[in-house]
Amino acid sequence: MAETTPPSTEKKTDAPEPRLVVTAWPHIRTPESTPRIMFSVVAALIPATLVGLYFFGSNAAWTLLWSVGSALGTEWLIRRTRGEKDTLGDGSAAVTGLLLGLTMPPSSPWWLSAIGGAFAIGIGKQVYGGLGYNIFNPALISRVFLLIAFPVEMTTWPIVAPPFPGLDVVTGATPLGQLQVGRLTGKGLGEAADVSLGAAFVGSIGGSLGETSALALLIGAGYLFAKRILTWHIPITMLLSAVLFALVFWLIDPHRYAGPLFHLLTGGLLIGAFFMATDMVTSPTTPRGQIVFGIGCGVITMVIRTWGGYPEGVSFAIVIMNAFSPMIERYTRPRRYGEVRT
Amino acid sequence: MSILQAAKRFFPSMAGLPAGVRYGRPIRGGIHPPYGKDLAADVHTEEMPLPARVVIPMVQHTGAPAKPAVAIGAVVRKGQKIGEAQGAVSAPVHASISGKVTAIGNFLHPSGREIPSIVIESDGTDEWAEEIAPPVEPEGLGPAALRTIIAEAGIVGMGGAAFPTAVKLNPPAEKKIDTLVVNGAECEPYLTSDHRLMAEHSVEIVDGVRFLKQVLGVGRVVIGIEDNKPGAIRAMAAAARNLDGSEVVALETKYPQGGEKQVIKAVLDREVPSGGLPMDVGVVVQNVGTAYAVHEAVRHGHPLVRRIVTVTGPGIAAPKNLWARIGTPIKDLIAAAGGFKGEPGRVIMGGPMMGSAVYTLHVPVVKGSGGVLVLHRSDTVTEEYRSCIRCASCVNACPMGLMPNFLSVSAEALNFDEGKKYHPYDCIECGCCDYVCPSRRPIAQHIRFIKTELRKKAEKAKAKAA
Repeated sequence: MAETTPPSTEKKTDAPEPRLVVTAWPHIRTPESTPRIMFSVVAALIPATLVGLYFFGSNAAWTLLWSVGSALGTEWLIRRTRGEKDTLGDGSAAVTGLLLGLTMPPSSPWWLSAIGGAFAIGIGKQVYGGLGYNIFNPALISRVFLLIAFPVEMTTWPIVAPPFPGLDVVTGATPLGQLQVGRLTGKGLGEAADVSLGAAFVGSIGGSLGETSALALLIGAGYLFAKRILTWHIPITMLLSAVLFALVFWLIDPHRYAGPLFHLLTGGLLIGAFFMATDMVTSPTTPRGQIVFGIGCGVITMVIRTWGGYPEGVSFAIVIMNAFSPMIERYTRPRRYGEVRT
Repeated sequence: MSILQAAKRFFPSMAGLPAGVRYGRPIRGGIHPPYGKDLAADVHTEEMPLPARVVIPMVQHTGAPAKPAVAIGAVVRKGQKIGEAQGAVSAPVHASISGKVTAIGNFLHPSGREIPSIVIESDGTDEWAEEIAPPVEPEGLGPAALRTIIAEAGIVGMGGAAFPTAVKLNPPAEKKIDTLVVNGAECEPYLTSDHRLMAEHSVEIVDGVRFLKQVLGVGRVVIGIEDNKPGAIRAMAAAARNLDGSEVVALETKYPQGGEKQVIKAVLDREVPSGGLPMDVGVVVQNVGTAYAVHEAVRHGHPLVRRIVTVTGPGIAAPKNLWARIGTPIKDLIAAAGGFKGEPGRVIMGGPMMGSAVYTLHVPVVKGSGGVLVLHRSDTVTEEYRSCIRCASCVNACPMGLMPNFLSVSAEALNFDEGKKYHPYDCIECGCCDYVCPSRRPIAQHIRFIKTELRKKAEKAKAKAA
């Protein structure tokens, strides 16, 4: 080449050029971000949290404070000791702590919540490398650990005594607990037959701190659907498969098996379907995989509830399906454009 | 696909489309970014003032660079060939103004590289070279003669990929082409150059399409236009009535609807096989701007020396659609559009999705430049990326049905063999995955990285075997 003249130095009289940002394509991005998703989930859990606080009072407040505080503290400590970037701002530890607290018995001793929060973040998440790398839902794997390690504390349910005229005061056992007692003693539905579905809808029944009010959970889920953070694939298939399962057995013998609405409104099915199984990190990323995953969660939940040694099976079901996520994903990849099948 | 979109598809009249225009099929994935097209969509095109100086790169196309055919000091006239095509896939380059060649050397190109270029200082006459003359009776010309005219006019794909048009019009004999698809989707946000061209020059475009049809010897022509350009759809539908075997198809407004593979699927329900080309399913796709350039070349004998460039964005004072000469520095275009509004953050050649950011305003307009987009710093996100939370947004957005999440994670781990399992070569680099990623991961770059590394590896293995 005869001559090389870099254009930018050629005309000294030109106005100085603006300082421009140069990055690769694309140059625009969605305003949605990981912290926004996480804090939206926290916001969606506020109704359920408020109902829990209302029915279970200061005990519930302490349980939540300890589980959230312990989760946040553990996250901060581990990142710090490993010399890694602080990740409290991404909101994921707050979600884990809150979800754990909401699935604990409302009057848990403080140390139970503290251990739960630390286990969820330490063993459930940071051991794998932090957000995005864990296999199991951190809140649920911790809950399962607590259930096995501290069975007495994890299944002691306080009496719900709301200062709320018109709603019945409900006794110590959870509806699913009553159902199990009935089953094991051969008394059919037992006391579970008397459970008011209206009370279960509002939340004035025994159970974990944030799982009792179907109404509050539905409000939160509606918010996440509206924000397009939730898609139908996992929650709807999970609920539908559980309901169908219950319906079949209820039609076979309504005196022995509880009805679909009973199963839908009691225990952790709703909080599990909307807030636990849908954990993005631990569920499949393929649409068809999410359907398989949802059905698996629903069916395993009902198998445990119907024949298992525990009255409730949502946590176990989701944790078991978490383990299958990678495999499900492998067999449910989307069809590629122009895919040539050989 | 939304319910509304489905309704429009089955009742096109509901969408206010002219008679005879049908809706295309929905494409998979895609995104709906803020379009920003209203800034310039209704601004009539105008001719830019003659530039004092143009820098004409020898590479404005896919393939071998052209070879300078003039020396420093030469006096050239508009339309004169100044760069000769080299090899089978290449394109010649023409003087876009009359004047004197003052430099030949490496100059900055919109791609960010320095490319051999010819600098012409204008003499202000702007006269066509003597050899410019329209062919006699172009309707009577055979495919080979038309291809020669198109090749000699330096015409390349004006949609951005800039593949030499004459080469694309010459598929191997065993590939039977039955349909010409004319792409007027223009799905890139902000850009309105194709829109204006269709609205103002539909008759000329259809004239160019007639010659393209003549070259390919096909009976069927389908013109695809996104439904956010009703004026363009009406104009093109009216003009296409004079062309046998042609129809206009409205496309859902959705990025990347105008991707070659997407447009073929939408208008014909055919899928280009993985690793294949449109001709494998009997299709050749040409952009509307290319058709216009063919009209100019065949009807008037004019080589490709100018194009419409949309100068737009929140950082531009008076967004415009400008007829700009090839080689005009973009600072002239920005000045012609009233200059900057506020402090510019990014200046992008092309659209915000697939365009490339430049660091100096001295880069020239090339044949594939559809727009100059100026964004403020606050219009874009530049933050550190986080780990993948497997939210599946990218899986749902990928128009090719890939799993960008796994590709991104394997690139990050430098595990290219793992990445290969997720079909990186099918990626069209549209950037939808990046757009939707809440963790701001550079997924499209990760995928290109995998492709580059796999190619390097393959070359190394080949060299070893040889």
